[in-house]
Parts: sequence; C-alpha cells; structure tokens
Amino acid sequence: MIEFRSVTKRFPDGTLAVEDFNLVMPSRKTTVLVGSSGSGKTTLLRMINRMVDPTGGVVEIDGTDVASVEPVKLRRSIGYVMQNSGLLPHRKVVDNVATVPLLSRVPRKKARADALALLDVVGLDRALANRYPSQLSGGQQQRVGVARGLAVNPNILLMDEPFGAVDPIVRAELQRELIRLQRDLDKTVVFVTHDIEEAFLLADQVVILKHGGRIAQVGAPAEILAHPADDFVASFVGADRGRRALHVENHGGGDILVDSEGRLAGVLAAASASEAKAGPVSGPGASAQGQDPR
Amino acid sequence: MNLFLQALNWVLDPAHYSGPNGIPVRLVEHVAFTGLTLVMAAVIAIPVGFVIGHTGRGRGAAVALSGALRAIPTLGLLTLVALVVGVGLEAPYVALTILAIPPILAGSYSGFEAIDRRTIDAARAIGMSEGQIVRKVELPLGLPLLLGGLRSAVLQVVATATLAAYVADFGLGRFLFSGLKTNDYAQMLGGSILVILLALVLDGIFAAAQRFVVPRGVSAGRFEDTRARSTRLAR
Repeated sequence: MIEFRSVTKRFPDGTLAVEDFNLVMPSRKTTVLVGSSGSGKTTLLRMINRMVDPTGGVVEIDGTDVASVEPVKLRRSIGYVMQNSGLLPHRKVVDNVATVPLLSRVPRKKARADALALLDVVGLDRALANRYPSQLSGGQQQRVGVARGLAVNPNILLMDEPFGAVDPIVRAELQRELIRLQRDLDKTVVFVTHDIEEAFLLADQVVILKHGGRIAQVGAPAEILAHPADDFVASFVGADRGRRALHVENHGGGDILVDSEGRLAGVLAAASASEAKAGPVSGPGASAQGQDPR
Repeated sequence: MNLFLQALNWVLDPAHYSGPNGIPVRLVEHVAFTGLTLVMAAVIAIPVGFVIGHTGRGRGAAVALSGALRAIPTLGLLTLVALVVGVGLEAPYVALTILAIPPILAGSYSGFEAIDRRTIDAARAIGMSEGQIVRKVELPLGLPLLLGGLRSAVLQVVATATLAAYVADFGLGRFLFSGLKTNDYAQMLGGSILVILLALVLDGIFAAAQRFVVPRGVSAGRFEDTRARSTRLAR
C-alpha cells in the first residue's frame, strides 16, 4: 500500500506542483493518475521512488516513510517504466533488462537467464536479446522497458506514460498485454497518463487530477462515469458529449444507441456486458482505444 | 624538387639515427612532450567539460574562454612565458597546454551534453548511483566526442611542439631551428617531413580509437538506419 499524507511539492523556482495531496493506493491494484499537463501527476509518481522529494508531508510504502530509505536502495526495489523506454543505447537488450540485478551483484549468468525469461513474460522473442535498443521498434523498446522494470521482481511498478510515444495500434496491444501481466503478476501498479480511455481501461482506481495535484475525483472507472463529481470531471471523461454521451433511440421497435453527434454507437446488449471494465455500455465508441473523446 | 630529394636523403641518412641529436631521440622527446602536454590539458579540461556537460551550466563561459584561448598566438605566449620563467621546457609546456585546452574542453562538454537527459534520468530512476551513472552511462556515451576533442588537440600540439626547440634543446623542432640557423634547408625540410609523418600517424591512431569506442549499440543503430533508408530508396 502506498499512502500520500498531506504531500506538498514546491519546486525551487516557486512552482507549486502539488499541494496537500492525500491518497491511498491499495496493494496489488492498478491506480491510474490521469490529468492534463501541469496536474502534477508525474511529480506524484516520482515521489514514490524519491526521484522527487516532497517539500511537505509524507509518502509511505507499507507504513515506511520513503524519506527514511536511501534513494538508490529504494529505487532498486521499485520497477520504473518511462515514456521513451529510457534504455541504455550502448547495451544489448538482455543487458538492459539485467541492469539492476547486475548492480545488485546477482551473478551474471543468473541475471542473464532471468532477463531472457522476462523477455518471454513481456512477449518478446528471445532472438532480440542480443540486439541493441536502436534496432528495435518503439513498441518492442517499451516491452524491454517493462521487462527491465520487472527484473528485480518488485512489489511496486511505476509507469510514467509508458505507452505515450507509440502508435495507437501498438498502444492498444501493449495495454492488453499489461492487463494480462497484471493478472499474472499481481503488482501494485501506479500508472500516469493523460489519456482517460487508457485510464479507464487499465485502472482499478482512477485518480483524476486538476491543476496543482488537486484531486477532482477518485474511484473505479464505472463510478466515475456513472457519477462524475463535478462538471470538470464530467467534461474530462467526456460523459457530457461525443462518444460517451450515448442515448437510446427507438428504431421501428428496436433500441439502438446513438452518441451526441448522432453517430450510431451500437445496440443495447444483454446485462452481462456490464462486466466490461471500460463501462457498462458495449459499443465501438465506449471501447475504442487511442481515440480522443474530445 | 632537388631540395625535396635532399630532404629525403637527410631523413634516410643512417648517420642521423644515432647520438643525442639523432632522429630517434628527438622523436621520442617530441612524442613524450606532446603526451605530457595532453595529459596536463586533459586533467584541466575534462573535469571542467564534464561539469559543464553534466549540469548544463557555464557553457557560455566555456565557449567564450575557448574562443579566447584559441585566439592567443602560441609563439607570442611562449615568448612571454619564457621571459618570465626563463629558457627551458616550462615555457613551451605552459603555452602548448593552453593551446590544447580548447579542443579538449569542447570535446568533453559536447560529449557529455549530447547524451539524452532521459537516458540519464532513467538510469537514476532504476537505481544507479551517481558514480555508476558517470561510469556506466555518461563515460561510454560521451567518449567518442571526447576522443574527437583529444584528437584535434593532439594534431595541434604535435605540430606546434616544434616551438619547444625555440627555447630548449628539445624535440623534432631542433632540426628546423638549427637548419634555419645554418641555412641547411634539407635538414629543415627533413625535420618538417618527420613532424608531418608523426602527426599523420598519431591522427590515424586516434581515428581508429574513435571508431573503436563508439558504443556498439549506437553504431549499430546508425548502420541500421542507413540500410533502412537505402532500401526505401531502392523501392
């Protein structure tokens, strides 16, 4: 469990990135911080592994104040995946994955064997192990980044817009893969994105942030869609318009769903469709990935 | 042409290959002096360049300073220092070190600066200590440009080190100055040929080293790029 208690961050230049932030991120769940730029979401994420130290308040992991843990030791115990993979360009894929275990003096042979096994886990061909990052596609690089994040078998995985720089098709693929991974591995995932679709798809708990790290709403995706806390949230999740604002129209005795711009979204299916994570309504609009609702 | 042949004869004359004024002794002196100068310049310039490249601060000052240092005429500086410290190797040592600093400084700060900040940030975020970031990320990735700076410094110093003979009985420059004094132009030209050959050999060594230290992944990516491009053109 990760807990933020009245966390404040003021940067040396005076910018107040986060003010009095309180949140509990439950263990073995995926918490997605979503907000536009300037909402402090990345700052919040980086406070967990002390890449940023708060100027006020406390961040705790399972009851331990992270400020009491030496940063390098802390970071090695937490997986980190960033937008542009952040791989070391002069090291082969397998050595990139094994970087942290090797720093922690895991024997070279074991570290490499583990790294190869991790390539399987993230769905990469072992034949790529001896390539360099520049020889991989963007999607493959991100997978290597995820494998590196998992290399120390951390309880916590921090993901800072990990799929932001790949094209929509690859992004959808990586998102599905992450959902599968999370089902198998059961990590505490903290995920930052500005894409509300991505947040709804991946999250157990969505945190919608306003400017300065103020929480607009916290909740499961369905709760937020069903009961947006205010106009800001409603507009941010797009519940008030476009592809999310569906209404039923009766056509010659059959019910069809139509969005606010008059596009056909689908039909009203049987009730079991409400299991879908993205929302209670099935239809191409509600599950479409990589599309901006605005 | 005649003079050139005479110079070649002078270079090849076995009589010039023995004794304290022989070509081997002068050559060793010249190389050793060049090496020592580079070490001194590197000891000064690389840490400064590293700090500038690492922090991004002081770049403007470094550029201005390098420009100013480059503009100093080495012979004038040599004479000036010699007037203060007297005849001997100290004066050329100081003058050549100052000559060598700008290219090394430029090579080192551009080398460290050119590394993607995100790569360093990621290295830190996954738990590399600051020392490990320097050793395992910044040095290997910055080395090619740093060596480029050293290479151009070597070229300048090895050529200009002939000036050491202006105030000391030292190095290949000796042949130029004594040839000048005695109107022995074959000796002068022969000495020049030796300096040129030495410069070419050293430059070749550094060129090879530079290729060698480009991290494989970086060069592999470049190779892959060109191949991808030419395939596309072929279609």
